[in-house]
Amino acid sequence: MAQAAGTAHLETSTGLDNRKLLMWLFLGSECLFFGSLIAAYLLYRDRSVTGPYPGDLFDIPFTSVSAFVLLMSSVSMVLALAAIQRGNVRGMQIWLLTTAVLGLLFLSGQAFEFTEFNHEGLSLSTNLFGTTFFVLTGFHGAHVTIGVLILLSLFTVSLQGRIQQKDSLNVELAGLYWHFVDIVWIVIFTLVYLIQP
Amino acid sequence: MATEWPQTRKTGLADALRGAREMADQHYGIWSWIATVDHKRIGIMYGVTAFIFFLTGGVEALLLRTQLVVPNAGVLDADQYNRILTMHGTTMVFLVIMPLSAAFFNLMTPLMIGARDVAFPRLNAFSYWVFLAGGIFLNVSFFTKNVFSGELGAPDCGWTCYSTLSSKAFSPGHGVDFWALGVQILGIASLASGFNFIVTILNMRAPGMTLFRMPLFVWMTLVTSFLLIFAMPVIAVALFELIFDRLFNANFFNPDKGGNPLLWQHMFWLFGHPEVYILILPAMGIVSEILPTFSRKPLFGYPFVVFSGIAIGFMSWGVWVHHMYTTGLGTVANSAFGISTILIGVPTGVKVLNWMATMWGGSLNLKAPMMFAVGFVAMFTIGGLSGVTHSVVPSDYQQQDTYYVVAHFHYVLFGGAIFALFAGFYYWLPKFTGKLLNDGLGQVHFWLMLIGFNLTFFPMHISGLLGMPRRISTYSEGQGWDIWNLLSTIGAFTIATSILIFIVNFIYSLRRGEAAGYDPWDGRTLEWTIPSPPPHYNFENIPVVHARDPFWHEKYTEDEQGRPIPVVAGAANGHEGEGHDEHGGHGIHMPSPSYFPLIAALGFPIMATGLIYDYALVAVGAAVLFVGIYGWALEPATEAEEA
Repeated sequence: MAQAAGTAHLETSTGLDNRKLLMWLFLGSECLFFGSLIAAYLLYRDRSVTGPYPGDLFDIPFTSVSAFVLLMSSVSMVLALAAIQRGNVRGMQIWLLTTAVLGLLFLSGQAFEFTEFNHEGLSLSTNLFGTTFFVLTGFHGAHVTIGVLILLSLFTVSLQGRIQQKDSLNVELAGLYWHFVDIVWIVIFTLVYLIQP
Repeated sequence: MATEWPQTRKTGLADALRGAREMADQHYGIWSWIATVDHKRIGIMYGVTAFIFFLTGGVEALLLRTQLVVPNAGVLDADQYNRILTMHGTTMVFLVIMPLSAAFFNLMTPLMIGARDVAFPRLNAFSYWVFLAGGIFLNVSFFTKNVFSGELGAPDCGWTCYSTLSSKAFSPGHGVDFWALGVQILGIASLASGFNFIVTILNMRAPGMTLFRMPLFVWMTLVTSFLLIFAMPVIAVALFELIFDRLFNANFFNPDKGGNPLLWQHMFWLFGHPEVYILILPAMGIVSEILPTFSRKPLFGYPFVVFSGIAIGFMSWGVWVHHMYTTGLGTVANSAFGISTILIGVPTGVKVLNWMATMWGGSLNLKAPMMFAVGFVAMFTIGGLSGVTHSVVPSDYQQQDTYYVVAHFHYVLFGGAIFALFAGFYYWLPKFTGKLLNDGLGQVHFWLMLIGFNLTFFPMHISGLLGMPRRISTYSEGQGWDIWNLLSTIGAFTIATSILIFIVNFIYSLRRGEAAGYDPWDGRTLEWTIPSPPPHYNFENIPVVHARDPFWHEKYTEDEQGRPIPVVAGAANGHEGEGHDEHGGHGIHMPSPSYFPLIAALGFPIMATGLIYDYALVAVGAAVLFVGIYGWALEPATEAEEA
């Protein structure tokens, strides 16, 4: 009865679960969302009339560490799913919490970075770099935040014993979203931080 | 543990809500509509709301045409004209044609594929409430200034809201903020329904309903939904950029800081051209259902029509620069997009020829739905041809921003989409009201609208070629435009009269219309196998499909010449009057009504208002959204098992 989707017990025409298909479509749509933001960033790269410029601000070692943290959170996400698929609720709880904490670490890194940049004179309205950088990475950060909320919600619900082996799809869907947000960061990190003209 | 949620609900607001909840569960009263997750009710709400917006946008159009009836008329001043023009375009695109199409997606898709509801009924309700919230939010902008002293607060940047017309420097006040945030909210509704209908169509088909047995309308719903989920994020980003520029002093479209206003045009039209097909593909789907039914022939070249629709879907992403020839992108870009624009005319032409071949040699039944469908084919073809003239770069240089363009897109969106949507009303409304619309009044409506439409928009080709720019609030005499403008205004009021006749017809038919019965048109598809109006669970038994046009093949077989002959009585497993009320649908578990989609939807306009006026409201809106989403996620989705 706790099964969430009303149609979950019905066979679907394609054999794919409705919610899983929905998540894949949503992620497809998100590709266009981040694609447009990244395109705007690339279009305006090197077009800032005044500084500060990316080279003045980026601290590649620091951002590499926070990128590594986010990448590792995908590993713990996989482990959480693997645990619940085997029926190991305790293991899933541990790994969900780990993933959420790693996500929060990444977010605090981003908050630190934003504040640093701001101290050095970059705001949303300073130049095109500030505009495109903060909007692109800010929307990514908002996605990570929503991901953390989803993970913490799953964790809380699981404490009430409401996520069992048969409900592993809930964890899988959260995982799909989490991995997607991770992949987007790989693209952003490469295009924005690593490949500088 | 698992029952914790219902208990907490009872201790909270529930006492006040319990009566409402009972009404909702019993399918009567206002609360049963507010909490509904039934695709038919949501479709009806979409239709009624969009029709009210249609009247709003129509009154705006009449104001514009009244101002232009003679040179130097003093009905509206330039500022009022700008704002009403912007709202007319925005309303007709986002609040009329898209939601009217969504109304038909909702009403028809589950019935045509043999499903009891959409894949995500609550998400569907959410789409509607977000649409309603966005529509009201947009129109509230009128009242952000003192309307009674003649000052309108609405956006003044045209429906395309080009930068830098939209920047704070050239559009102070909150009109453009309302526009950007309002369209953003509407985009959320479109995205949600796009996801929902793709999953519904791919996953909820009745046994035997393979993809290539699906009715054309379902196919076009599928293609449109894919366009929606890929096009809306693009405009979402463009709108966010505009919002950041206006509210937080970002520089996306600020030339002083190196920003490029053309970026807006690229992003708007990268969304905007798929959007054009989002508007017209559902109309093509409707017509592709009506023409075969009233010609008593199967759709000619079904796979061609399907693949043309898919091809249009793909190609619509590669033609956007034809809106931007005069922006100086260079001859290579202009030629490439000129060629792609000519090419997209091919699948469109294939469809038109297939529709004509469908009618060719058929026994035509010229009832009102058929008249509107034929009207669609003719008017859309004219609009399509003038569209092809736009693909020719030098010719387009002359037509850019003239009334010729206005004539073109009204031929495809009014002569196309609106004619098809009215065809859909006459064809499918009886399924949901149980009453046929009066055919005589329908014929009067059709002819008056056809004449009025051509009287309004055909002269615009000429005034445009004579050099009359679009969007001007008045003009001086002696430029050869006077007579054409006068004709256009007369035509606009003729259209308005025809719409009044439709409204009279609708109300009259609801009261005294002829009962529709299961199958008033000798239909071909599954929706005609069930009562009118359908029970809330749609199908007592999920149908099993053996062919394209499944209902037709139950009723008719073919003689040696391929003419349809009725199946001998008793041989068919006919549906009429059989089996439907045996146990009145007891034991069929339908999704429970829910208030949470409405609550979640309310969060968006609150947040948007907060962004404009007071950030504290943003937190309130976010809180409302969270309550909605968490309540939604934690409540059980289906009716409790009956013990």
